[in-house]
Amino acid sequence: MTDRRTTIKWMLAAASSIPLLNHRAWTQDVTAWPAVRGYGGDPDLTKLYRPGDVWPLTLSAAERRTAKALCNVVLPDDGRSPDASSVGVVDFIDEWVSAPYPRQIEDRPLVLEGLAWMDAEALLRFEKYFAELDESQQHAICDDICYEPNAKPKFARAAAFFARYRDLTVGAFYSTPTGWKDIGYVGNVPLTKFEGPPAELLQKLGLGPDQK
Amino acid sequence: MSIQTTAARAKNYDVIIVGSGAAGGQTAYTLSMEGVKVLMLEAGRKYVPEQETPMFQTPDQAPLRGASTPEKDFGFYDATIDGGWTVPGEPYVQSTSDRHGRFAWWRSRMLGGRTNHWGRISLRNGPYDFKPRSRDGLGMDWPISYEDVAPYYDKVERLIGVYGTSEGLENTPNSSPGCLLPPPAPLVSDYLVQQRARRLGIPIVPGHRAVLTQQLDFKRSPALLHPGNLKAQKIIAEHMQQRAACIWATDCGRGCSIRANYQSTTVHLPPALATGNLDIVCNAMVSQVVLGKNGLARGVKYFDKVSGAEHQATARVIVLAASACETARILLNSKSASFPNGLANSSGKVGRYIMDTVGSDLSGQIPLLESLPPQNEDGASGHAFYAPWWGYQDQQKGKLGFARGYHIEFGGGRRMPGAGTLHGIERFTGGSYGKKLKEDARRYYGSFVGFAGRGEMIPNENSYCEIDPKVTDKWGIPVLRFHWKWSDHETRQAAHMQKTFADIVQAMGGRVMGKVQSDGAEAIAPGGFIIHEVGGAIMGADRQTSVTNQWCQTWDVKNLFLTDGAVFASNADKNPTLTIMALAWRSADHIADRMRRKEL
Repeated sequence: MTDRRTTIKWMLAAASSIPLLNHRAWTQDVTAWPAVRGYGGDPDLTKLYRPGDVWPLTLSAAERRTAKALCNVVLPDDGRSPDASSVGVVDFIDEWVSAPYPRQIEDRPLVLEGLAWMDAEALLRFEKYFAELDESQQHAICDDICYEPNAKPKFARAAAFFARYRDLTVGAFYSTPTGWKDIGYVGNVPLTKFEGPPAELLQKLGLGPDQK
Repeated sequence: MSIQTTAARAKNYDVIIVGSGAAGGQTAYTLSMEGVKVLMLEAGRKYVPEQETPMFQTPDQAPLRGASTPEKDFGFYDATIDGGWTVPGEPYVQSTSDRHGRFAWWRSRMLGGRTNHWGRISLRNGPYDFKPRSRDGLGMDWPISYEDVAPYYDKVERLIGVYGTSEGLENTPNSSPGCLLPPPAPLVSDYLVQQRARRLGIPIVPGHRAVLTQQLDFKRSPALLHPGNLKAQKIIAEHMQQRAACIWATDCGRGCSIRANYQSTTVHLPPALATGNLDIVCNAMVSQVVLGKNGLARGVKYFDKVSGAEHQATARVIVLAASACETARILLNSKSASFPNGLANSSGKVGRYIMDTVGSDLSGQIPLLESLPPQNEDGASGHAFYAPWWGYQDQQKGKLGFARGYHIEFGGGRRMPGAGTLHGIERFTGGSYGKKLKEDARRYYGSFVGFAGRGEMIPNENSYCEIDPKVTDKWGIPVLRFHWKWSDHETRQAAHMQKTFADIVQAMGGRVMGKVQSDGAEAIAPGGFIIHEVGGAIMGADRQTSVTNQWCQTWDVKNLFLTDGAVFASNADKNPTLTIMALAWRSADHIADRMRRKEL
């Protein structure tokens, strides 16, 4: 049984070869996609589904821990709405990378290798897993990969992962009633009348039926 | 009479209708109201919108937050069953691997077909659209004019409920008074597009969609729809009262359990069943029309998809309303000594002149729309406004380099956020994450406006379908092979759309998302992507060059009618469904009349 120190050593050794990840290693399928079926062409649309109901979730506990830490860095609790993991974003990421559809199969290696890279980079820089870093340490890594056009060449693939992971997190967060409330989506309720925008708003914008 | 199994169906029907969508639904409605005994065969399963529609389900209650997958191409909650661009066990074939020569075929295997999920945009063809060749020398004229169809547009609008206004614009017909429902209130983004596009000379007027902005006029309309037919009037008055007005929530693409928009399953089929004159058999995959010794169609062969057994049903009149390409496929597969190349195909035109709509999209991010106060903008789920084609005069003068027009559909606002919401937001934020990203999300949500051009394709000799000599579907029925080619008229039009949309975004003070595509061949959506395929058995004045006459009656077999989009001799920029229904009603009136006179 490997103790934690051994694991860290192994990860550091792996991390020393990280520049290679920008080339060949990133294109390998690190974890084979499980051969499962989707929901078919005629699923019950009125049923409530939870991640794992239709196909099994596949992330390891370690991967989920990193996934949770990272999605909460992307969308933290800011006092107005909670962090991403508290509305099921980790389960969503797990469901996504475990799904038997082309788009998700394409994302799987990017996400799995990206999560592994986050830990390897955290170990390399701070000798801790990403989830164990404090906020400033997490930001030190994320600042290097948060915007693809500005990322150094050695971070190119990690930046591509981060962009994808941010999109997945944002989509998963804001498609929940909690996210709706934060972002200001107040629909999906039956109304007897729909009157359109308030007159004051239109006036302020110089818009409306009589404005040229 | 009701929704039946093959075993329970009656032995004798006046008319068999293949398909239950806009065409089959309208044909069955009109005939059953006129006392004609009808058997409808639908390839998909029974579908009950009142029970199956996910009205208020949220993305987080769906797998993958409702994102689209190859099993649900338009997202999890889309009202499409066992369908989409691919249908398991029911392949189709491309004639080339060149992506510009491919055609994508959307099918839906459910009662009501694609009407359960469609966009509900309901525009009339105008006078030019029935006589395009007379106007510019291209394509084909229809054997009918706008005046022949106008009374049926009025009837269909009254029956199904279409909102909109009559603006008196060129080739954009007015409806008769009382036919249209009031349009819904526009959104902030609609007003902004209207103001800025008008400065560019582009008209922005209320759209037309089959959504009940108020309850139908169940007191006046029944007598106008069915003069002298008290039973029909009573039935439709009851059903009009059962349909609720829009509740301004949930996307129409999910279908509507309160019957507030048009789908065949909530509007056409319930009153048709209530007449007692309609039987429907679902899971009935029709393979061919059977020709009798007398040269008339005797019936159809179909596979019961549940048992796999093959059956035959007979009737005095056969109507194919299976969707343009499926109707062409059934005809081409109905071979006999008299019709070795397919039934009703003495002209050789069955399968020819498949048309889709020219489509091209562009969206913009609009700073004026950032950080607006939260408000409910679900509305009627889109298309409060649109831009009808404004370039007829420029085209007559030869100024544009393409012969036919397009209209613009657009939409913005604070729509229900789903799995793809704010994807790519780093384009505007420089890669923010953390608390800053939450602020950015609040700022940018609702600030995007998307534009989609929908334009006319001119029929050509290189866009057609035929039977593949080798491939069959899971029932052993030979499948279609598609050939596709856009002409310069379409690709130039698509490039014009891109430039126009970029101009509008700029006039709104916005930033274009992505690239403005100046190469029309790249700007244009692939064939079939707009899901407006029509043609394949066009109507005409000459039996040498067309498959049916003006009544959708095949020249070769007088008791065989095609009431779907297959008969379209042109495909105006106007979305085809309303015209399909108007022509189906007209054809069904003709069938009922000739049956009464014992001519059929």
